[in-house]
Amino acid sequence: MYKIIEARFLAENVKLFEIEAPKIAKKRKAGQFVIIRIDEHGERIPLTIANSDMEKGTITIIVQSVGKTTTKLNSLEKGESLLDVVGPLGTPSHIEKVGTAVSIGGGVGTAIAFPTAAEMKNQGNYVITINGARTKDLVILEDEMKALSDESYVTTDDGSYGYHGFVTQKLQELIDEGKKLDLVLAIGPIPMMRAVAEVTRPHGIKTIVSLNPVMVDGTGMCGGCRVVVDGKSMFACVDGPEFDAHLVDFKNLMNRNKMYAKQEHDALEQYNHECKLDKKIETLSD
Amino acid sequence: MQQLTAKERMKIPRNPMVEQDPNERNKNFLEVNQGYTAQMAQEEAMRCLACPKPSCVEGCPVHIQIKDFILQIAEGDFLGAVHTIKQDNALPAICGRVCPQEEQCEQVCVVGKRGEPVAIGNLERFVADYEREMNKVEIPAVGSSNGKKVAIAGSGPAGLSCAKDLAGMGYDVTVFEALHQLGGVLVYGIPEFRLPKDIVAKEIDGLKQMGVKFVTDTIIGRISTIDELMEEEGFDSVFLGVGAGLPWFLGLPGENLIGVYSANDFLTRVNLMKAYKFPSEDTPVLQVEGKNVAVFGGGNTAMDSVRTALRLGAKNAYIIYRRSEVEMPARVEEVKHAKEEGVQFLLLTNPIQFNGDEEDWLHSVTLQKMELGEPDDSGRRRPIPIKGSEYDLDIDISIIAIGNGSNPLISQTTPDLETSKRGTIVVNEETMETSKKGVFAGGDIVTGGATVILAMGAGRKAAEAMHKYMSDKA
Ligand SMILES: Cc1cc2nc3c(=O)[nH]c(=O)nc-3n(C[C@H](O)[C@H](O)[C@H](O)COP(=O)(O)OP(=O)(O)OC[C@H]3O[C@@H](n4cnc5c(N)ncnc54)[C@H](O)[C@@H]3O)c2cc1C
Ligand SMILES: Cc1cc2nc3c(=O)[nH]c(=O)nc-3n(C[C@H](O)[C@H](O)[C@H](O)COP(=O)(O)OP(=O)(O)OC[C@H]3O[C@@H](n4cnc5c(N)ncnc54)[C@H](O)[C@@H]3O)c2cc1C
Ligand code: SF4
Ligand code: SF4
Ligand code: FES
Repeated sequence: MYKIIEARFLAENVKLFEIEAPKIAKKRKAGQFVIIRIDEHGERIPLTIANSDMEKGTITIIVQSVGKTTTKLNSLEKGESLLDVVGPLGTPSHIEKVGTAVSIGGGVGTAIAFPTAAEMKNQGNYVITINGARTKDLVILEDEMKALSDESYVTTDDGSYGYHGFVTQKLQELIDEGKKLDLVLAIGPIPMMRAVAEVTRPHGIKTIVSLNPVMVDGTGMCGGCRVVVDGKSMFACVDGPEFDAHLVDFKNLMNRNKMYAKQEHDALEQYNHECKLDKKIETLSD
Repeated sequence: MQQLTAKERMKIPRNPMVEQDPNERNKNFLEVNQGYTAQMAQEEAMRCLACPKPSCVEGCPVHIQIKDFILQIAEGDFLGAVHTIKQDNALPAICGRVCPQEEQCEQVCVVGKRGEPVAIGNLERFVADYEREMNKVEIPAVGSSNGKKVAIAGSGPAGLSCAKDLAGMGYDVTVFEALHQLGGVLVYGIPEFRLPKDIVAKEIDGLKQMGVKFVTDTIIGRISTIDELMEEEGFDSVFLGVGAGLPWFLGLPGENLIGVYSANDFLTRVNLMKAYKFPSEDTPVLQVEGKNVAVFGGGNTAMDSVRTALRLGAKNAYIIYRRSEVEMPARVEEVKHAKEEGVQFLLLTNPIQFNGDEEDWLHSVTLQKMELGEPDDSGRRRPIPIKGSEYDLDIDISIIAIGNGSNPLISQTTPDLETSKRGTIVVNEETMETSKKGVFAGGDIVTGGATVILAMGAGRKAAEAMHKYMSDKA
């Protein structure tokens, strides 16, 4: 059992957890993830290690509720436990000093980008961060990102905060201003990552994305996480999750991620229904 | 014991295994084979000629004293029989069920020269089940603690048998397993209807009672390298029984369409994650009910996949194999069971492409007929495509079961561990010692995908050599 030491919402549906996992905390590197299972009946889902504290022996994960497992996870509180946490998984980010590096995060992607952005800074790069959200209330990690950046921007789709527009528009502006960008890291929804890849492609700016296919074991055993990169099948859990954005077949990834859409939808409906029933019973018995 | 002549013994027909009815069992996940009764076992034991030089023993990779244990069964000494088996085989309830007996012990049984061989596997299974069901399993005596620590990576048959022997010798043994559940392929690959998971769990319980420690969710190479295990965590020796977990694909166009599974993905979802109980279990699998499912391959993994698909309600379940039935590597019994259950076999047929729709959903497979030519390296006749024989078959789900390569996780993080071109770990075959001092390996990671009995034998061989290594070192 892996104990939850701290749990708090950063935005609606986005929750931060610190989890006791001393060995993982010691070993993990930027870009790596864990696979967790909440309980005996639980699905194994991958989550990026956003941060770790070796002294406390904890890792931090930041979770957005999108389906049954993440919704259930985000209902857990400090003091509760996860049944399984395995990691660190995946190949760590290869970050070197290149000059100017840009980290782009969309939604919960900001959390996934955070450790790699920190590594960009550690390696001595000039770091620009662009963090996008649909609206002001969904902006996460603003202070943390600002603290590690030489320049930082927040964008909102609806203009309720920061720059009004998409992260790609801000990126395009930076390029148009004549800034020499040497490396771009983009993590977020697949359409966003694909759009960033198209912005940087004509300029030949090396662009890295972190892919999020459906996973089971995370050790290369099932092959379910395969993604098409440069026309070849790669296993995201061991060969990635970070890949060269200009070589990724985003359409296939987007389609494959809909593989279980029907089942996932039904499971979430049923879960929400049961939760409502539970609440009803609670109020009745009060 | 009744005295019969050899001729009389040869006249007794082989006792068939009691099986669930094919039209029932293809809808449930309960074990197909129901086992022998005591009477059936004794009758079957009567068929053994007690050969002075029993060839069956030579046919068994771990040389179980088959003649002796069958004699004990004939005499009604079932517990004695299982003790005889356990001298050489740590997991008889499992091997009795999954060994390819027809190519091993039973293939060379002299009774089989004239008729059907003695049902050695069924007898082995019977006594092991008897012992367990009667609650007579004795936890092996554990030698007094010698203060030395052993780490075992992987909890498949290789790791478990190595752990058992070393614990018995008084070592402090810890087994590290990458997954959340113990047992390796025995739990994530081989389905419940062939090997009930309770049996595997009982074996593991026995090891726990012997003092073996199990740590799940731990990937050696990632969380601790082998050097760290030995230098920082105080392990005197390490055994690698990490299996051959890297699924091969066909490398054909359309292989990343939705609906194309590897057997490992499909079987892990259904067996380990219990996706057949979705949504009360959280892990989904694509809807199989009413669908056309094609499984590519001819081994046990292929049979397990196709029979699992049938049980999930597939409308049509096909085995598509490029050679003919005689070349199929699967156990004969599995092929027979698959046919009885309604699996359709498309032999001498090979896929050349997977076809999908705009949204990347698989809808058909383009197949090509083959004919057999000259024998190839494996001694089997090489399949050659027949030009112009291509056709499309409507398929909703494809499962690729053409074997597994070696997972590179350990070798990548252990540069001084010698591996072959195929990625398997190179060992001294006498001792199972690797190129790295104090590190031993066995099972599928050394041989490539093989069998449970070979993995078990390798684990035991390594245990003996590790004992010698650690004793010499002290
Ligand atoms: C390497 C990696 C790192 C990730 N890091 C984070 C993170 O730090 N924070 C975060 O909030 N999310 C992260 N994700 C995504 C997260 O794993 C999914 O949101 C989660 O699995 C959804 O599960 P669910 O049951 O709640 O939703 P579901 O309703 O089951 O699925 C919603 C969507 O999530 C994806 N998904 C479903 N099951 C899985 C699975 N077993 N593995 C991977 N994806 C799946 C599918 O695309 C699906 O359409 C990461 C994914 C990967 C591959
Ligand atoms: C579907 C299927 C059906 C089969 N049917 C039969 C049959 O009928 N008869 C037969 O004899 N054989 C059969 N086999 C083959 C047989 O199961 C294998 O040969 C045998 O299990 C190999 O044992 P092993 O101990 O070497 O490895 P495995 O059983 O593969 O176990 C290895 C274990 O190590 C774990 N692991 C991997 N990497 C690490 C790591 N880095 N750190 C920690 N743990 C790790 C894995 O998760 C796994 O649990 C079948 C195989 C499959 C896939
Ligand atoms: S272990 Fe396998 S080969 Fe050996 S006797 Fe038993 S069934 Fe036969
Ligand atoms: S070869 Fe057959 S008949 Fe002879 S001892 Fe072995 S099992 Fe009995
Ligand atoms: S998650 Fe199974 S191979 Fe990547």
